[in-house]
Amino acid sequence: MNGPHDLGGQMGFGPVAPEKDEPYFHAAWEKRALGVTLTAGAMGAWNIDESRHARECLHPADYYASSYYEIWIKALETLLKRHNFVTANDLAAGDAVDLAATPKRVLKAENVPAVLAKGGPCDRPMDEPAVFAVGQRVRTKNFHPIGHTRLPRYARGKEGVIDAVRDGFVFPDSNAPGQGENPQRVYTVVFTAAELWGEGADPALTVSIDAWESYLEPA
Amino acid sequence: MAARVRALETILTRKGLIDPAAIDVIVDTYETKVGPRNGARVVAKAWSDREYADWLKRDATAAIASLGYTGRQGEHMQAVFNTDETHNLVVCTLCSCYPWSVLGLPPVWYKAPPYRSRAVIDPRGVLEEFGLSLPKDKNIRVWDSTAELRYLVVPQRPSGSDGWSEDKLADLVTRDSMIGTGLAREAA
Repeated sequence: MNGPHDLGGQMGFGPVAPEKDEPYFHAAWEKRALGVTLTAGAMGAWNIDESRHARECLHPADYYASSYYEIWIKALETLLKRHNFVTANDLAAGDAVDLAATPKRVLKAENVPAVLAKGGPCDRPMDEPAVFAVGQRVRTKNFHPIGHTRLPRYARGKEGVIDAVRDGFVFPDSNAPGQGENPQRVYTVVFTAAELWGEGADPALTVSIDAWESYLEPA
Repeated sequence: MAARVRALETILTRKGLIDPAAIDVIVDTYETKVGPRNGARVVAKAWSDREYADWLKRDATAAIASLGYTGRQGEHMQAVFNTDETHNLVVCTLCSCYPWSVLGLPPVWYKAPPYRSRAVIDPRGVLEEFGLSLPKDKNIRVWDSTAELRYLVVPQRPSGSDGWSEDKLADLVTRDSMIGTGLAREAA
């Protein structure tokens, strides 16, 4: 979707504000927000693509006014309601009022190190050979789906060169709405700044994205 | 927001859906165990050991895992090497994808709109805000982490660090130098 999250090339947000000796957390609640998000995700009711899409579905005014952990928590409430773990009654009461769906699993403290160390690999073996080869010129599609996609707006309908052929990966556009993993090969595609930004672009700048095969066509 | 998060944790805990002790372990992991020191070890080894550097270039996931750094948001790694000609910079314009296994949790600015919006269109301007001025003819390659690959920049080894131990070299490797918003510290 053309949501507030798709920030590449937008203007008006002001300078980057690096913080010297930045702490990992700026408030105690941020620690809990990280942990609640990860432990709730570990129930296995939704995948990473669905959770990303829940974040990008925040109203733009809300998204831009929120810190990243705030975005996480707001999206998490959506996911928990959607999957029947939490109800509006629970949230209004600030306590467990209604019954919850049964999770596939509950992450216990003793299992955290192993779960974090394992991660969630989302590469998938591909039987078919790669359609595109390194050095080949390709064009990204110009589409505007209402659902989740990982092709940013600034790189749609642009001509670039295949820089690397990657493994097969779960396809976010179908995985987010629960329509299956449908793995596709991923390619790193590199663009000149002139192709992306036109007149006055930095001649010494190139930008790459990682694109699923169906985002691309031969140029 | 503090009350809202506390309420959510209470609801989920009372329903038996999460274990609050698991949250403590997660926080401890990212406060004390997984951070940019991991990435610095990888870079220092690549600076010291040509074979390791080649492996890191070919198969970063395996080369990094050989040092014990694996897991969440580091499942699929690619190392990109700065050279005299090209400076690399990593961003995630769509969310906040970041190589947790080697750099830990991302800083606030990495997740915020100013960096995410401008890194792809005005990286030189962004680098200036980090106090890094690159010559106009130095190529910049920006890697937008739009899929599940996570990028680690290998900064150039500072001159004057010949013969240094990996431990000592690792002290020169800053978090920002592995994102591309900085260079390695000068060898004193």
